Amino acid sequence: MSNTAPESRVPRGARGNAGTRFRRAGRTAGQGRAALRVFFVGGRISYRALFNWISPVMYVTTMLGSPLFQILFFTYLGRYAGSRSDDFFIVGNAVQVSAMAGIYGMVMGIANERQFGTLTPLLATPANRLAVFAGRALPNIVNGLVVSSFGFAASWLLLDFSPDAASLPALAFVVVVTVVSCTALGMLIGSIGLRARDVFFAANLVYFLMLLFCGVNVDVDSLPGWMEAIGRSVPLTHGIEAARRVVEGATLGDVRGLIVTEALIGIAYAVAAYVLFRFFEAESRRRASLETF
Amino acid sequence: MLRLLWVGWVMHMKMLTRSAFNFWLGIVYPLFFATAAFFMFQSGDDPKPLLYASLGAAVMGIWGATSTAAGAALARERWTGTLELLVTAPAHFALILLPVTIAMATIGIYSMISTLVWGRLVFGIELEVGDPLAFVLAVPATVVSIGALGFLLAVAFVRFRQAWALGNMLEYPVWLVSGFLVPLTLFPDWVRPISWALAPTWGISAIRGAALGGSPYGDIALALSLGAGYTLAGILLLERALRTARVKASLSLS
Repeated sequence: MSNTAPESRVPRGARGNAGTRFRRAGRTAGQGRAALRVFFVGGRISYRALFNWISPVMYVTTMLGSPLFQILFFTYLGRYAGSRSDDFFIVGNAVQVSAMAGIYGMVMGIANERQFGTLTPLLATPANRLAVFAGRALPNIVNGLVVSSFGFAASWLLLDFSPDAASLPALAFVVVVTVVSCTALGMLIGSIGLRARDVFFAANLVYFLMLLFCGVNVDVDSLPGWMEAIGRSVPLTHGIEAARRVVEGATLGDVRGLIVTEALIGIAYAVAAYVLFRFFEAESRRRASLETF
Repeated sequence: MLRLLWVGWVMHMKMLTRSAFNFWLGIVYPLFFATAAFFMFQSGDDPKPLLYASLGAAVMGIWGATSTAAGAALARERWTGTLELLVTAPAHFALILLPVTIAMATIGIYSMISTLVWGRLVFGIELEVGDPLAFVLAVPATVVSIGALGFLLAVAFVRFRQAWALGNMLEYPVWLVSGFLVPLTLFPDWVRPISWALAPTWGISAIRGAALGGSPYGDIALALSLGAGYTLAGILLLERALRTARVKASLSLS
C-alpha cells in the first residue's frame, strides 16, 4: 500500500483538476520555451536583419572608428583646456560610445521593422511580446560592450590609459550595467519609432545630448542646475561616475549606490519602453495605422 | 562652365535647405560640441579665450556638414538612378559634382552662424573682428576649400557602397588635426604634415587671423590653393574611375 501512487487515492474530480494543472503546466513550459527561443533566436535574427551597420566596413568605420576618434578628440581637447586628467575624458567617452549600440542599434532593431514593412507580419504572430521586444536588446548589449572595450583598449594603446589591473573586473561590471541601462533608453526611442516618422533624428539628438548632460566631458556637478537634474535622470551619468571612481581605485562596494541608481534608471526606462511599445501596438491596430507614415 | 557651376550650386542649395533633417541637424549638431568645448574651456585651470573655441566650433560645422554628405554624394545619385544620366551628359561630371559638395559645405554656414549666436547669447562671447575684409574673404575661401576636399572625398570613395560611413568617420580626425579647437603644437610631430595638407587647417587659421589678429591673407591663399589642388586631383581620379566603370560596365554596381 505504501507504494500506491498518490494520485490513485485522490477523488475523481480532483484528479481531473490535477490533469488540467499538468496540461496547463506543460503548456506554460512550452510557451516559456517558445518565448526563450523568440528571445534568443528572434533577437539574433532581428539584429542581422535590421542593424544597418552590420557589414564589416560599416561596423569598423561606424562602431569602432568614430568612437575611437571621439575619444581622441575629447582627450586632446581636455588636455588643452586643462580641466581634468586624461583618464576623466577616456573613461567618460569610452563608456558613452557604448550608446552607439544601445541607442542606434535599438532604434534600428525596433523602428526598422516599420521602415522595412515587416512590422505587420511581426505583430500578427502570437509570439510573446516581451520576448520579441527584449530579445532585440541582447545583441545590442553585447555590441555596446564590444565598442566600449575597444575604446578602453585603444586608449590603453594610444593614450597611456593604464588603470590598476585589480580594478578591471569592477570596471567591467560597471560598464555592463551602464550598457544595459543605455540600451533601455534606446528601447524607449525605438518604441517611439513605431509612431514617429523620423526617429533617427531623435536618436542622433539623444546620443549627442548625452555628450553634454551625462558628465562625459564636463563634471555633472559643474553643469547648470537644470542640466544636472536632467543628466541625473537619464542612463549613463551614474555609470560614468562609478566607472571613474573605480578607475581611481574605489571598490564596487564604494560605488554601490551609483550602480544601483544606474540599474534602477535603466529598469524604469525599459518598463516605460515596453509599455509604450504595447500602447503603440494597440493604438496602431485600433486606428489601422501600423505602417502608415 | 561657370553657369553650370552656379546652377548646380543653387539647385543643390535649394534641395539641401528643403531637408528638415539637414537643416535642424546642421544648426543643432555643432552646438553640442561648441557647448562642451565652452564648458571645458571655462572649467580649466587656466581658462582659455572662449572666442578661440567659438570660432573653431563654428568652422567645425562646415566640415561636419560636408564629410558625411560628400561621402554619400555619388551613392545617392546611384540610388536615385541618375548617376548614368549625369555621367553621359556632355558636361564633364566634375562640373556637376563639384558644386554639389560646395553646396554641402555652404550649408555649414548655418551651423557657423548658429554656433556664433549661441556663444554670444548663452556664454556672452563677443565676436570682435579685427580685419572685417579678411574675415569676409576667409569664410567663403574656407567653404570653397572644404567643399573641394569633399569633392575629392566623394571621388576617392566612389567604389565604396557605404562611402558615407567613411566620410562620417573622418569627421573627428579632421576636426582634431586641423586645429579647430586644439592647437597643432599639442600633437606629435608626425601629425603636422597631415595638418598642413588639409585646407581646413588654413581656413580656420585665416578666420582666426582675421578675427583675433594674425596674417589671414596668406592662409586664405593657402586654403584656396589646396582647394584647387584637391579639385585637380579629384578630376584626375574621377577620369580614371569613370573610364574603369565604363570598361567594366560597373558604374551603378559598386
